[in-house]
Amino acid sequence: MTLTALIALPLMGAGLVLIVGRVRPSSARVLALATASGSLLLTVLAVTLPAAISTPASAAVPWLLRADGLSLPLIGLTGILGVVAILASWGETRRAASHFALLLALQSAVTTVFLADDLILFYVAWEAVLIPMFFLIGVWGHENRRQAAMKFFIYTFAGSALMLVGLLVVVFTTGEVRMSALTAASLAPGTHDLVFWLLVAGFAVKVPVFPLHTWLPDAHVEAPVAGSIMLAGVLLKMGGYGLLRLALPLAPEAARAAAPLFATLGIIGIVYGAFVALAQTDLKRLVAYSSVAHMGFVVLAIAIGTPLALTAAMLGMIAHGLTAPLLFLLVGQLQDRTHTRELARLGGLMRPLPGWGTVFVFASLASMGLPGLAGFPGELVTVLEGYGAFGWWMVAVAGGIVLAGAYTLRAVRLVAFGPLPAEWAALPDLTFPEALATVPLVLGIVVLGVWPSLVADTVAPVASSIAHALGVG
Amino acid sequence: MSVLRTLPLVVVFVPVVVACLLAVGGRFVGRAAPWIALAGPLFAIGVGTASLDGGASGAVRWLGVGETAVRLGYHVDGLAAIMLLVVGVVSVCVIVFSIGYMRGDRGYVRYFALISLFTAAMAGLVIASDLVGLFLGWELVGACSFLLIGFWYERPEAAEAARKAFMVTRVGDAAMLVGMAVLWRATGTLELDAILGGVGALAPSVVTVAAVCLLLGAVGKSAQFPLHIWLPDAMEGPTPVSALIHAATMVAAGVFLVARTWPLFEASPEARLIALVLGTVTALGAATIALPQTDIKKVLAYSTISQLGFMFAALGVGAWPVALFHLVTHAAFKALLFLSSGSVIHGSGTQDLREMGDLRSKMPITATAWIIGGLALAGIPPTAGFFSKDEVVASVLQAAPWAGVALLAASVLTGAYVARATRLAFFGTARGAKEVHESQWTMTLPLLVLAVAALSLGLAGPMIARALGAESEALSLGIAAVAVGLAAAGAIGGWLLAADGGRREQALPPAFARMWGMVRNGYGFDTLATNVAVRPIAKLARFIDEAVDRAAIDGFVEGLAVAVRRAGALLAGTMNGDGQSYTALLAVGVIVLLAVTVWLVR
Amino acid sequence: MTSLVLSCTLIGIGLYGVLTRRDLVAVLASIEVMLGGAQVLLASYAAGVSVPAVGEGITVVVLATGAAEAAIGLALLVALVRRNKTRTDQIEEVRG
Repeated sequence: MTLTALIALPLMGAGLVLIVGRVRPSSARVLALATASGSLLLTVLAVTLPAAISTPASAAVPWLLRADGLSLPLIGLTGILGVVAILASWGETRRAASHFALLLALQSAVTTVFLADDLILFYVAWEAVLIPMFFLIGVWGHENRRQAAMKFFIYTFAGSALMLVGLLVVVFTTGEVRMSALTAASLAPGTHDLVFWLLVAGFAVKVPVFPLHTWLPDAHVEAPVAGSIMLAGVLLKMGGYGLLRLALPLAPEAARAAAPLFATLGIIGIVYGAFVALAQTDLKRLVAYSSVAHMGFVVLAIAIGTPLALTAAMLGMIAHGLTAPLLFLLVGQLQDRTHTRELARLGGLMRPLPGWGTVFVFASLASMGLPGLAGFPGELVTVLEGYGAFGWWMVAVAGGIVLAGAYTLRAVRLVAFGPLPAEWAALPDLTFPEALATVPLVLGIVVLGVWPSLVADTVAPVASSIAHALGVG
Repeated sequence: MSVLRTLPLVVVFVPVVVACLLAVGGRFVGRAAPWIALAGPLFAIGVGTASLDGGASGAVRWLGVGETAVRLGYHVDGLAAIMLLVVGVVSVCVIVFSIGYMRGDRGYVRYFALISLFTAAMAGLVIASDLVGLFLGWELVGACSFLLIGFWYERPEAAEAARKAFMVTRVGDAAMLVGMAVLWRATGTLELDAILGGVGALAPSVVTVAAVCLLLGAVGKSAQFPLHIWLPDAMEGPTPVSALIHAATMVAAGVFLVARTWPLFEASPEARLIALVLGTVTALGAATIALPQTDIKKVLAYSTISQLGFMFAALGVGAWPVALFHLVTHAAFKALLFLSSGSVIHGSGTQDLREMGDLRSKMPITATAWIIGGLALAGIPPTAGFFSKDEVVASVLQAAPWAGVALLAASVLTGAYVARATRLAFFGTARGAKEVHESQWTMTLPLLVLAVAALSLGLAGPMIARALGAESEALSLGIAAVAVGLAAAGAIGGWLLAADGGRREQALPPAFARMWGMVRNGYGFDTLATNVAVRPIAKLARFIDEAVDRAAIDGFVEGLAVAVRRAGALLAGTMNGDGQSYTALLAVGVIVLLAVTVWLVR
Repeated sequence: MTSLVLSCTLIGIGLYGVLTRRDLVAVLASIEVMLGGAQVLLASYAAGVSVPAVGEGITVVVLATGAAEAAIGLALLVALVRRNKTRTDQIEEVRG
């Protein structure tokens, strides 16, 4: 019942915010923040007290939700980002109440995706996520928002339509809708390949796996800052979650056969994303392509398939879910001040914005996988385990890591360092709410980097069982 | 002391806490920052002293699933203790020196926070008992180096140099990561004891691959050819930082890494040969480049590269305790030289040798310190450099005469460039425009401490060897005499070269002058690297962005969308509003469906 | 067999009228012819099977439908006449 509350609270909050927004627009954001904080509190409770979320033992009671090692880190991340996203749009003035209500609705839908044990509920939540996101991009976005919103919607919808067919095949051939009751054995042998690829179509677009990534930079560039945070932070994770939750356990043989392909696409994503990021002239696009590279690590780790590598995939997702939103948050705060994201026009911002600059350098170092910060454990283990599975391909991955340094340091050099253009000399540094928004992410990055077991030990049992199903554990 | 011995992790945690404290409470700390920052290095000295005969160890499970786990641990053995002492002593000197040197800088507290973080990372690096912990410290010192080189971030040169230093060393780090993966697959662990104890059971090819990968990491960190290009640029950082990071400690981490993983290299003659060749090439090449430099810090930078080359050559012939001995003495005298140059820069307001001259009369303490450091660098007895360099040259000569001869040639050049720089800066006539003054006591005191170390550490050879568990080498008098003679000859040459405040160099014949310029530019290797690596990568990135990502992949996606829209428009054309043509289509459809049904049922 | 041929002929004639006549009244009349064709077929089918009342029933339903259709069709026609549109090519509201 705590699980239901995790979904219901933000949803009810969204409704309340809409109503209150009619009467007293200025209170909407406070109410939204209170709701998000309450959800975070509940999430923390759910994550730390597994007893509170135990599902009924009797199979006779239909239970739509469940939380295990795959869900817990991701709902934790969703809870944190829910608060951050609301703080990030604290200064929003255009239809603020609707903005906050959509963010809460989005949080509710994403939480449902991560908690659903019912395939149909999973699908409904999966599509429900699109709707608030579509409006967030389409209404509060930048210049090209409509086109980007349509592209995002249609691209991901096309993927999930195929996924729906896959889910229906599962439901109709097995007569079972509960994920926890489904195993590879419950599927007819002939349908494994079909189900796997249909599901992958939906998940791969979401991740996104190269070459299905081109909706991502457009959506990110046009999205408002809170939209980017949620998009990079949790929406992309839905793809990785789906692969781990459904595609791999349901069709392990098909997954194993596809592993070399996935590894190749993951490695291409790492190197390719880095190369494209290196060429960007728009700071937000640069961060967007770094997401492609980081999710490439996740895809590679999933392709490796050992228990440790699958754990690394989750670590990579959580790490990216903390660093990319932090970077997008910072880019948004910068754009509020300069009204430009052009690297060529920026520079030397450490001087007028010491607080912002420090966090930006920190986030950049985290993004390039500096040890001691969140990105490192996942990348390290991916390379360690990857060498056993795919050998010298890891040299390409190492090259990608070098390139990650190249584009990140380029951004730092061009934005924070160097001479300060006269037009930015009087920019004000971060306000209190702005600084507050960065705090949970910064803390999370440090904690996860120093103590990855915090997440890894939660994931490990599930990772082991998936790897066992794959036959590599 | 025994407490320190059993709790060595204070060397990491104390400076981390200090760094956080300074970062958060910087506003309230103000002038007290350096004194707080001293805590970390002092603990390092304490733990180092207490653990010379071996200290505590421990480990925790850091990340894993079931049996497969990456563990993170520490082990303070003699090697780590010596490194802790080096790091601690040099850090203390540098921090005290910086009180005066950095006074009035707007980033005063930030500076000491970063230095503190650096000492934490460096201490973590040396006490790590596994490759993960080592790599953690390894990368963090790189990050601190990046932030400190770019400390004056508004200067484009500093910003560029910081990026370059991080990038070039990262190339080596990536190789190191691969090496770790190789070892992980072969042994299932990253703990040094387990790996190094089981080297005999590994296939020789695996050992060689792993050793070469680790060596590449060391080459990047220790600025060995061909990854040496970042160190001269790194001189854009504050001079005390150059002394601490880019002379005494971080750049020596490469030597430490090889020493730490020695059994791997012992089992791999190929990796040792690579170390020997790269070390020798670097020692000789960098010494030539140091000769024509006009920037006092650039002289020292190339000198550092050259001296690290000496250490790598010693590693290459298997004399790792000797390399470590030279590391220790080099840390002392090179930090001394850097801090002296810092004092010079502080007092004279320039770092161009051509604008100095006769500083000896105005800055007697600094001049004395510099000369002691210079003598040690040149390997003139009875300084520390004499003992360690003699051991290096002797062991290399024994094992690989060609490399030994090259090192002797490098010794000649060492004498020459240090004598030239000394005469240009401290002797002759004053050419600077600014009023020169001796530095305050907080700056000269560290010079004196390091000068004493540079004079006396030669006697520490046996102690270091004992801490490392190795035989101490006897002084080979014959080779020593030859080496000293050559260095002295080089020094006389360099002294003569620097006559008339460097005007003799400017009066060279044109052909020779061009060569002089080319050598000063490091044989144009920097430009070569830019043209061969940096530019093509940038060009490739732009090509992939424009041609592949935007045109091909996104073009396909957008094209698909356009195609769907076109097809829709085409079909919409049949909807002309005429009910009868709709009916006709309907009729045709019915007939077709009927026909198909009949055909199927048949 | 004969009734089948008759039915097809009636439907064919009706369809021809529906597709070619421009006058809405004629189109309506043609639709009635098609309905007649269908009824013929149903009635003959009813005669040929043992189960009674199925074909007859449907035929009656079709008759009723035809009457309703004629009534609504004529009502629509009147409405169109008021707007001065009694020819099929004048009606373009259903354009795609």
